[in-house]
Amino acid sequence: MKKILSAALVATMLTTPAAWARDVKIGFVTTLTTGAAVIGNDIKKAVDLAMEHIGGKMAGLNVQLIYADDGFKPETGKQATDKLVKQDNVDFVAGYVWSHVLLASRKSVLDAGKFLISANAGPSPIAGKLCNRNFFSTSWQNDQTPMAMGEVLNQKGVKSLYIIAPNYAAGKNMVAGVERTFKGKILGKDMTTWPTQLDFSAELAKAKASGAEALFIFYPGKAGGAFIKQYQQAGMKDVMPLYTVFTVDALSLPKLQKAGFTDILGSQFTQEWDPSLDNAQNKRFVADFKAKYGSYPSFYAAQAYDAIFLIKSAVEAVNGNLDDIDGMRAAMKSASFPSVRGKFTYGNNHFPIQNFYLREVVKDADGNWTTKVVKTVYENNQDPYASQCPLK
Amino acid sequence: MDTTLLFIQILNGVQLGLLLFLVASGLTLVFGILDFVNLAHGSIYMLGAFICASLTFLVGNFLIAVLLAVPITGVIGYLIERVLIRQLYARSHLDHVLATFGLILVIDTTVQIIWGPAGISVPLPDWLNGQTELFAGVVVPTFRLIIIAAGLAVAAGLFWLVNYTRLGMLIRAGASNSTMVSALGVDIKTLFSLVFALGAMLAGLAGMLISPITEASINMGGEVIITAFVVIIIGGIGSMKGAFVAAILVGLIDTLGRSFLDDVFALFMSQNAAETAAPAISAMLIYILMAVILALRPQGLFPPKVR
Amino acid sequence: MKSLDRTGWITVGVMLLLGVLPPFFYWIGNEFYLLLATRLVILAIAAVSLNLILGYGGMASFGHAAFVGIGAYAMGIPVYHEFYGGFSAAASTNGLFQLALSVGLSALFALITGAISLRTRGVYFIMITMAFAQMVFYLFQSLDEYGGDDGLVIEMRSELPWINLDHPLQMYLLSFVSLVVAMGVVHMIVNSRFGMVLRGAKGNDERLVTLGFNTYLYRLTAYVIAGAICGFAGWLTANFSTFVSPSMMGWGRSGELMFMVILGGAATALGPVLGAAAFILIEEILSSFTVYWHLPFGLMLIGVVLFARGGLLGMLQGRGRGK
Repeated sequence: MKKILSAALVATMLTTPAAWARDVKIGFVTTLTTGAAVIGNDIKKAVDLAMEHIGGKMAGLNVQLIYADDGFKPETGKQATDKLVKQDNVDFVAGYVWSHVLLASRKSVLDAGKFLISANAGPSPIAGKLCNRNFFSTSWQNDQTPMAMGEVLNQKGVKSLYIIAPNYAAGKNMVAGVERTFKGKILGKDMTTWPTQLDFSAELAKAKASGAEALFIFYPGKAGGAFIKQYQQAGMKDVMPLYTVFTVDALSLPKLQKAGFTDILGSQFTQEWDPSLDNAQNKRFVADFKAKYGSYPSFYAAQAYDAIFLIKSAVEAVNGNLDDIDGMRAAMKSASFPSVRGKFTYGNNHFPIQNFYLREVVKDADGNWTTKVVKTVYENNQDPYASQCPLK
Repeated sequence: MDTTLLFIQILNGVQLGLLLFLVASGLTLVFGILDFVNLAHGSIYMLGAFICASLTFLVGNFLIAVLLAVPITGVIGYLIERVLIRQLYARSHLDHVLATFGLILVIDTTVQIIWGPAGISVPLPDWLNGQTELFAGVVVPTFRLIIIAAGLAVAAGLFWLVNYTRLGMLIRAGASNSTMVSALGVDIKTLFSLVFALGAMLAGLAGMLISPITEASINMGGEVIITAFVVIIIGGIGSMKGAFVAAILVGLIDTLGRSFLDDVFALFMSQNAAETAAPAISAMLIYILMAVILALRPQGLFPPKVR
Repeated sequence: MKSLDRTGWITVGVMLLLGVLPPFFYWIGNEFYLLLATRLVILAIAAVSLNLILGYGGMASFGHAAFVGIGAYAMGIPVYHEFYGGFSAAASTNGLFQLALSVGLSALFALITGAISLRTRGVYFIMITMAFAQMVFYLFQSLDEYGGDDGLVIEMRSELPWINLDHPLQMYLLSFVSLVVAMGVVHMIVNSRFGMVLRGAKGNDERLVTLGFNTYLYRLTAYVIAGAICGFAGWLTANFSTFVSPSMMGWGRSGELMFMVILGGAATALGPVLGAAAFILIEEILSSFTVYWHLPFGLMLIGVVLFARGGLLGMLQGRGRGK
């Protein structure tokens, strides 16, 4: 019985269209419902733009792009991934904003021998003990960005710091990251309930009372906007300058500008990318994104745009022979595609070894709020979990 | 422990409690008088915030926008009652739960279609955006004081309405014996519609007041509805006094827990363990409070009188 | 064996479809529908267990997803320790050991929380069960060792005699058979003397107390049995997803289980299965048309409450409101 069944399965797999002359199928899993859809929509814009830029073709083959919604839930994300892998039989599965969705879905993709490309989530297990030769990241590992921020604080001579972050896995990673590199004293630390707590009055009062020189926070999504408003309402800009990671982005800045929260101007944060980075790929991406959608792209968008070009480089390296998994893997590993963040290399765990920049919120020529690069904090930085990954 | 900080945190706790009271009072009115479980109460809170946010940009002033948005929310509540809720009074609580869950999906998705998923940041007039020094060393954001004032004013208004007006008398009478009230020639159906609309206005007002601190966003209803239910359960369903006491209690316990639990834990465990345990326990705190109160008093602090 | 009435025939028919159709899809090479059906069937087991207390016992638990989570973590944590050391007493990939742990811990949690919760009634019961579930949610969210909020990746499925859970068809058949057994167990319970008391206490508690029954103990027993069955569903979930995270046990999930039972038809054998199927299939179908699929879905739920008393099963039986 079992044998017959597996024979039937093999038979159906063999009867799928021949390897050549077929389409390149890419499944893109992101969040298109709930309030978090604002991130997914920005990612989708970038992917659509990337498709336009490559003319819908890779190595002469048509590209078929299938979007799937994870609904911000691990189970839904896994189910969407299963459908892409088993039903649509895609060659690449990319996307994944959230760590828990990526962790829940990874086995479905990797067990089927397909490529998994994370365009945002970078939880430590996937960089370390759970690393896989068919996994690639076009973003970062969670710890890297706050480590760069800790370094910035040292360089600025900040002696004491207060930390406020949400009490969940990524929040703890961010805090651990900044604690790892910051050499001054940490005068206090609050971990708030995630994602429900959006009123930070108690934490801000504590931070103010602590007398620390600076405030470090990590609040992605709408919590970031909420925090910044309350920071301004509490009048803390002159008392405790604000340093953030993944809190201020191109999605929150227009809203904050519209509501007049000027205290965010001049605030600094670290990241691997910025719209002002000077390379041909980035200039084209940012200019066309602004022309087409009327806003600056977010870092989510930039990473998703990169994911499409990473895939393109793999397909072209094997001249469209999508069965040449080894060839495509080697091509991606070489990171030879033009990235919007500039040249980088891949580590043994297939996370980028890349620069991290200090960004600052400024007004552009048209008066819109955006960011510019102040300086390079880290050059060719590798995440601390790479050594736990058995891959060479 | 620093007394200035303690005072500020108590003020923060009271402010959170009063916001919760605005949501919970509407919920407990509808639950206590109409015997209707309205899960969609949080969605009306969200709707109020979005309407007010749009009006703020339209008329250019937050306070005027609130004055316009509150009656609009009331009208929407009235219409929802006339079209849907009215059909469900005779049904079981479980039917209420399922139907209002459906209503949540409908309202939330409609809001997303109209306003997009991004949410709206609401600007305040400059004089509200600053800080006020209450006395030496105690500086608090001005808008938080406005919330406290508005919350107390609404609470006072509700007590007056329920206890000293003809409408309040009818509400109390309708709750205990609706047949008798209609036999006396009172239009009980209209009365119920008005109560539901009042509940909607209270929820909407709470949403409007919170949105300059956070923002008007799609998920805000789901975040508040559970806490609001915790409040009315602790207080005792249908009791306005209970809702007020429980709301302040929950606001204070939540805020003080967030502020001082790590210091308290550090007294008897290592700093590291305290740092790990304190956030987890402070997130659980209001649920622990509710479980303990219900274990001791299965019908809340101020149980409703037997009907 | 007594002959089947209309409801009986519908039940048998739906279960036959559920037993045959997914393997058939797998046979013709469409594995996705088998996976979809596996998730459906496991959710249905959780819904069936909730129906025992909510439908028949009148205890609307709003914390049922906590049992799924406890059962799933009780499967995942032994595997974690087997692979990464530490706490060797619990380290195991033995499916039967994990299963015992899942069911045992869920039942224990049900016993402790049930003993307190059952002092309350009605909406107070709804909220106190939710409170206990939220405590478990925040507990697992704060356990960094097991991934905290990111969740725990389960490296290896349970090892069982004769059954290979890595094989999707075997995974499905085990889940399906488990569902049938769970339905059978609940059916037996509610039709026993014990079940009579349980159902009687739902309608008129005082009368049964006067007759000398300790209805509190009856309720508690039912609550523990439901918790144990749901813990089993958690063990299956962990094996199916090879992943477990706190988001599986938030109040939203408990709510969904409740909605499934009411939507399908509470206090019926097939209702929870229909409800789970409706949730999974409608999501899958509607979401392929529009990202705004929650809107028609919400309207549908309202429609079922207004026009189909007795839920979906009531509709199939032709017991719509107008009839």
